[in-house]
Amino acid sequence: MNPDLTQLVHQVTELFEDLDLSSVRQWKQAQPDRFAIGFMPIYVPREIIHAAGMLPVGVMGGGDRLEIIRGDAYFQSYICHIPRSTIELALTNRLDVLDGMLFPSICDVIRNLSGMWQMLFPDRYVRYMDVPQNFDPEVGGAFWRRELEALCQDLQSLGGTTIEDDALQHSIAIYNENRRAIRELYEARSDQPWIYPTSEIYLLLRAGNVLPPEDHTRLIRQYLDLAPLEEDRREQDMSRVVLVGMFCEQPPLGLLLTLERAGCWIVDDDLLLGQRWFGGDIPENGDPLDNLVNAYLGEGARTASVYQPEGRRGGWLVNSVKTNTAEGVIFCAPSFCDPALLEQPMLVAALEENGIPHTQFKYSENTGQFAVIREQAGTFSDSIRLWSEA
Amino acid sequence: MSDVAKERSMELQKEMIGGHFDALGQAPDDGKKVVYTFVPGNLTELIRSFDFLPVLPEINALQSGMRKLSAGYISEAEKHGHSEDVCTYVKCDVGMLKRGNVGPTGKPIPEPDLLLLSYTGCFTFMKWFELLRQEYDCPVAMLHVPYQADGTVHDHYRDYIVEQIQSEVIPKLEEVSGKKYDEDRLRASLELSAQAEDDLVWVLESAKNIPSPIDAYFGGVYYIGPIFSAFRGTEGGVDYYQTLRREIEERLAKGQGPITPEGELDEERYRLVIEGPPNWTSFREFWKMFYEEKAVVVASSYTKVGGLYDRGFRHDPSRPLETLADYCLGCYTNLSLPARVALLEEYVNEYHADGFMINSVKSCNSFSAGQLLMLRQLEERTGVPGGFIESDLVDPRYFSAANIKNRIESYLQMLEQKRMAS
Repeated sequence: MNPDLTQLVHQVTELFEDLDLSSVRQWKQAQPDRFAIGFMPIYVPREIIHAAGMLPVGVMGGGDRLEIIRGDAYFQSYICHIPRSTIELALTNRLDVLDGMLFPSICDVIRNLSGMWQMLFPDRYVRYMDVPQNFDPEVGGAFWRRELEALCQDLQSLGGTTIEDDALQHSIAIYNENRRAIRELYEARSDQPWIYPTSEIYLLLRAGNVLPPEDHTRLIRQYLDLAPLEEDRREQDMSRVVLVGMFCEQPPLGLLLTLERAGCWIVDDDLLLGQRWFGGDIPENGDPLDNLVNAYLGEGARTASVYQPEGRRGGWLVNSVKTNTAEGVIFCAPSFCDPALLEQPMLVAALEENGIPHTQFKYSENTGQFAVIREQAGTFSDSIRLWSEA
Repeated sequence: MSDVAKERSMELQKEMIGGHFDALGQAPDDGKKVVYTFVPGNLTELIRSFDFLPVLPEINALQSGMRKLSAGYISEAEKHGHSEDVCTYVKCDVGMLKRGNVGPTGKPIPEPDLLLLSYTGCFTFMKWFELLRQEYDCPVAMLHVPYQADGTVHDHYRDYIVEQIQSEVIPKLEEVSGKKYDEDRLRASLELSAQAEDDLVWVLESAKNIPSPIDAYFGGVYYIGPIFSAFRGTEGGVDYYQTLRREIEERLAKGQGPITPEGELDEERYRLVIEGPPNWTSFREFWKMFYEEKAVVVASSYTKVGGLYDRGFRHDPSRPLETLADYCLGCYTNLSLPARVALLEEYVNEYHADGFMINSVKSCNSFSAGQLLMLRQLEERTGVPGGFIESDLVDPRYFSAANIKNRIESYLQMLEQKRMAS
């Protein structure tokens, strides 16, 4: 591997493995008055945090490298894993670097975790971000604008600063550039997944949880330049699959590697969906809050936690399969994930209407055994390569 | 225990609910239209003002649980690809639908003319009606109720709900019913709601007396039946709660304890507060574990999922849509965890409870996520011990009678020892 690419992959791997958020600590130490605001999956308006001069930090649980000692005492066995590892991170002081936490509306567990945070850490800033499920600009839009205004006020009070319109417009432009780079990355992977393996792309995206967006965009661009130079990355006879269900609790990296080793090129996914929430750019001119509101109402991702007034829940998945010329779909959801698992029968129905093969299994962020998954994914990959009508 | 005697309110409720299911069974023939909606955040008065009949899928599911049908329905849904990990109310409802949607009267429950998705206090509701929308060719009206995360009803929350009722809910009710919105009719219904709510609160608060004349959990789920389902804002609802109140007043005057399935409880040894819904598949068995030990539940959070009337809220006919918004915002599962702990703390103190128990149900993350922290916080704040048991709403696979009985008995023995030590 090219030394520069080796170095880049090493850098993002280190960031991924650093549960102590050292890079965030370094960022804060560089200037004494800096603030960092954590957020949980899926979507928060990072532009507002950035415009307040603060660092948005994605908190995606503890993965498979964190021993849960105290976190399990807070949750019953039938609750998913991400809240218990997040509590563990906090109780072991790893999240002390964060000056506040945002809990977006995604499910009842994350919602209630916001209340637990209030009780466990009464001195820290906590906000539940209740995104609208009504998409009428005059109704849901007006509500969401008020919520964003309240967030602005909170951050201004916390940081003793003012969020000016031009600062917010600038932040929107910064994140547009970041999302453009990620879109290019996903398009490149869809075209040539052997050059841009998901196991690397995922690490690259995870770096976006802790780096300033400007730095993250530079890393992505660098990767896009370097990865095609790898001569040993050649096309192989593997299946092209879309991976779905991982928008909140993230799978262990080993699971993504296992799928690739089992003969699956992942050509689309919903990993770290918040970083790719909008399919296009948010307008950089005009009222920036209105622009954020309208983008949410009209351009937001179609995922399980978002109501779709028009119905047809599986449409985006079928489109993804077609757009990315995928041969099948792997439903890969965390155990006890209500949104993903309640959504699944609707998505399955849409796939079956369109004759798209699919398989399914569950994971936990700390799953450590992949033999069964490898066997299942390998069989699925073989079956769609050998037996598909195409 | 004394002999079982059916009180008038019990017979009345049976007649009301039976009559409602008869009306539903007859609805296609009678030309009546049907709205499916949920208990928390229900807009019964508004629905009724358009002459719709409400169907509440959670009620159907819990009745299926009590009638020992839910296991088969859940199995049916799982055969259709629904995960074993998710809410069993949803699976029970989907399975019932797949098997013909037959209600307790033996007649099929009619298909919905409208799905009114009141998204209050439970994320799963949204997915539930999205699943039903796949099955029924009917419109959906979504009512998103913001969560009271910081314990405050902000004005823009209320505005948001009122605007949704005006721009989304009422137009769809008008379109499907073919009738115009009649605010006077709604006001009249809300007036009746408030009357019934007064009497319900009196009944629930009668448990502050020692001994309590009611069990506010196992008995309480019957008391909330009419007002949480189809009868809020009706003359029938007012009659029921007046009748119930008179009966409880009489019990109180005589110093009588709660009525159980095996008769009147003649001794009150433990006074408990319970957090969380009951198990429905073994409801009687579950209840018996308490009354056999002379344990009376004096307050419960489950009886507040369809409205938190005992903290002062009443439907207000003078501001009909705003009051519906406030109602939706105030349902128990729409409260933050700190607010839930504060409420339970008040119950322990106001009702002179010896302890509190949490029945943590696998199906309901809205209730269950965070309950272990609530347990610790409540113990710290009140100084009374808490107990923790686990079961499910309507999946009998998650009701382990021996384990639960063992835990309850151990907990009550601990209360006894604590009492003796003091």
